[in-house]
Amino acid sequence: MDAIYSFFQQLPFEWTQFHFMVNALLAVLIITPLFGLTGTMIVNNKMSFFSDALGHSALTGIAIGVMLGIDNYLLSMLGFALLFALGISAIIESGTSSSDTIIGVFSSAGVALGIVLLSINGGFSKYSNYLIGDILSVQGGELLLLLFVLVLVAALWVFSFNRLMTASLNPDLAVSKKINVRLYKNLFVIAIAIIVTVSIKWVGILIINSLLVLPAAAARNIARSMRSYHGLSVLFSMASGLVGLILSYYLGTAAGGTIVLAAAVLFFVTFFIHRFRARA
Amino acid sequence: MSHTIPCSCHCSVKIKHLGVKKGDNVILQDVTLTANHGEILALIGRNGAGKTTLLKAIMGQLPHTGTISFFNAQGASIDRPRIGYVPQSLAFDRSTPVTVADMFCANRSRLPVWLGHRQSQLEQVEKMLKKVGAHAQLHKTLGSLSGGELQRILLAYALDPIPDLLLLDEPVSAVDRKGTGVFYQMVTSLRSEYHMPIILVSHDIGHVKKYATNAAFLDRTVVMQNTVDKVLNNPVVRETFGLDAVGGNP
Repeated sequence: MDAIYSFFQQLPFEWTQFHFMVNALLAVLIITPLFGLTGTMIVNNKMSFFSDALGHSALTGIAIGVMLGIDNYLLSMLGFALLFALGISAIIESGTSSSDTIIGVFSSAGVALGIVLLSINGGFSKYSNYLIGDILSVQGGELLLLLFVLVLVAALWVFSFNRLMTASLNPDLAVSKKINVRLYKNLFVIAIAIIVTVSIKWVGILIINSLLVLPAAAARNIARSMRSYHGLSVLFSMASGLVGLILSYYLGTAAGGTIVLAAAVLFFVTFFIHRFRARA
Repeated sequence: MSHTIPCSCHCSVKIKHLGVKKGDNVILQDVTLTANHGEILALIGRNGAGKTTLLKAIMGQLPHTGTISFFNAQGASIDRPRIGYVPQSLAFDRSTPVTVADMFCANRSRLPVWLGHRQSQLEQVEKMLKKVGAHAQLHKTLGSLSGGELQRILLAYALDPIPDLLLLDEPVSAVDRKGTGVFYQMVTSLRSEYHMPIILVSHDIGHVKKYATNAAFLDRTVVMQNTVDKVLNNPVVRETFGLDAVGGNP
């Protein structure tokens, strides 16, 4: 890490002189490609509401961690998120209600349970920093964890993407090609749960979903193949991460929110490009 | 990958005493049906007769009783049969940026299509598409295709790799008249090239007469299976499809 810090200190920028900014920058460089990659499939499968609910479930995950007396809430969040995610998909699969209703129920219940449990022991405010997250608080060791998750998810994306894509295109067609649609959907859901959980502390419950959905949605506006879709999504995700982080330093604003705004600007720019092209 | 099976081929699908239940509801019972090589077997029946359920059972999507056995050209049993399936119309999000090449390469290779396609794969896909006259669509997105183009591409997709059974589930319901003719010509010529058994679900008795070789009339079970003419002359079939009606309900 020292080598990295000294490299950044040689750069002629004020913000690269601070270790917390360098850590945040590295975290952004690791997290954003992850969001860009997986976001494409969330948008393909119309699961943006689902990933939002997963983010909300983190609150209950933290509460469970507090009650169990665990110092690192990551484990309890991850455990609960996995249970929550697979639970939602199983209930959706049973076909009793429409998926947005089921997700809505789970999402609200997850937040409410978290708030109730966390407020038992004298005040919710201690945990409110989870709502907006603080990417400037990333430590060196945590970067390694993020890097590990990046490698894990990228490997999954290489290994299973083709089948996942066929399953999301049309489940019947996928079954005719002997694809175990449920297995791949569950793998995907687990990947999303892991990504959301490990990054929520730095990105925040309120805006994590925007980072998953916005770059992919922006890329989708102008992409014409899976390759350009993924390439643009990763590019947009990284670009908004970098621009948002640096802007937040100079403007003195919250990094997470600034990053999301940068991604939102990209979405509207590509939206108008798409409209313009359609008319031409 | 393409190879022609000699005409002495014995490939076939034999369904014996198949039953499907949903809860207490019996959807199919004691279905016994055979589709032989080179045969286009039309599956006809009123709405709710269980045609789609039967297709799903054949594809292994639904638990069922009874047996479905597949036999290859030599008459030996196939354990893991390949089934080609052409759906009524592909329900998918038309704004998804997925090209025809993406769709085919995802099926052929593990190389994730977001990293690109292998040239050798693309050439083979183009060859497949040529068979259905759709090679010009290779790099187009699925959402930009017309109904007829999409069905022909789905036909090529169902044939990649060459299946042991081809299922066509009302394949032209979203296609115009000209496209319908082209589609069935493709099916007929593929049948003579590959000889695999074909099961066609269709509401359109005109199509059945014109393109099918045999027919099975389904009403929760197979009421009769015979040549198209014989099945269509059955009084129950004639009544179900209003074939005798003059000026009455068509």
